[in-house]
Amino acid sequence: MPVIRTQNRVAELAPGDELAVTCTDPGAAKDIPAWCRINGHELLGIEHGDDELVVTVRVGASEDG
Amino acid sequence: MSKQRKAVALISGGLDSMLATRVVQEQGIHVEGINFFTGFCVEGHTHAIRKHERAKPKRNNALWVAEQLGIRLHIVDIVDEYKDVLLNPRHGYGKNLNPCLDCKVFMVGKAHDWMREHDFDFIITGEVVGQRPMSQRSATMPLVAEESGVGDRLLRPLCAQRLPETLPEREGWIDRDRLHDFSGRSRKPQVALAAELGIEDYAQPAGGCCFLTDASYSAKLADLWQARGNREYDLDDIMLLKVGRHLRPRAHFKLVIAREEGEVKFLQGYRRQFTHLLPTSHPGPLALLDGRADADDLELAARIVARFSQGRDADRVRVEVVPLGGEAQALEVAPLATDAIPSGWYV
Repeated sequence: MPVIRTQNRVAELAPGDELAVTCTDPGAAKDIPAWCRINGHELLGIEHGDDELVVTVRVGASEDG
Repeated sequence: MSKQRKAVALISGGLDSMLATRVVQEQGIHVEGINFFTGFCVEGHTHAIRKHERAKPKRNNALWVAEQLGIRLHIVDIVDEYKDVLLNPRHGYGKNLNPCLDCKVFMVGKAHDWMREHDFDFIITGEVVGQRPMSQRSATMPLVAEESGVGDRLLRPLCAQRLPETLPEREGWIDRDRLHDFSGRSRKPQVALAAELGIEDYAQPAGGCCFLTDASYSAKLADLWQARGNREYDLDDIMLLKVGRHLRPRAHFKLVIAREEGEVKFLQGYRRQFTHLLPTSHPGPLALLDGRADADDLELAARIVARFSQGRDADRVRVEVVPLGGEAQALEVAPLATDAIPSGWYV
């Protein structure tokens, strides 16, 4: 679900905007970066906490998700 | 200069859709992928819940395939819309609660909507004639094209030579001679084609990508519906069916008992939505109680949870019980003996 929610939120943002995604699903640490690579967005960082992680993304120039 | 033709491929994350896409890319078509999230998918976070599975390399195969193919992937949440497919399948269920044929019609139809909205020309699937008993038979494959409304804009590159010519072939966008004639359940042609295309790494076909084809999962879903007296469900319901031991000691309640640390963490996220129980005198699992429970039921539930704690052989185990919307209480109970739990309680 984190990658779907990221995709849907990014679709509402403008190129250059930054989005911080907080999630508990450890799979998101791989899925969101992969989604960024294939859809032309930039991964700014991943911070791992005890029970959650924060993935920060900069929206690319592509027309949607 | 001729127009750049564009196709949208249904990407499951398996080898067949990967090959079908690559075959069409090789003919100069611009391809983008679409992947549907039903909630029943055996993907992504499902594998991440159980701690012992975290040691295995895991990935969202649909995303991974898209990256290998160099295509964009559009993930579409169809959890709500999918209910009608599951609850009212025109073509019935497969061996379990899997409405495979209706599912394929629905997904191809959704891809068709996407294709028109985004000005694409046709749809690709990795289907192979005779590979699946319900949705991929020579009798049902034309039905998918017809009922989804996509008609002859649906191309199955892996078995196209066994099917009537489609629009992309007739129009010369695609060379039919460079498509394939695979059929049946053997994986050898796909494995050979993967080698020919230089594809060395791909998801192994093992048990499908949908929990609805799983007998145990389907039994839990049927139990949920029967206990509630209707077939409503939401995303949390179908997620919880993937996790823990499910025991129904009484018709009006069941327990979802974590089996290990990863499941404990997952179930912790649901504590505000359910009555829950946790052994406190001994290490033991978190359990959610789904349904109605009076004082006797709570004691029985506590005895069952104590049975799965490390105090299973102790005379008494203290279990904290937190009723939904109520105050936490501590129950001192005798763990239920293993042979006092009828096999029929296990869902």
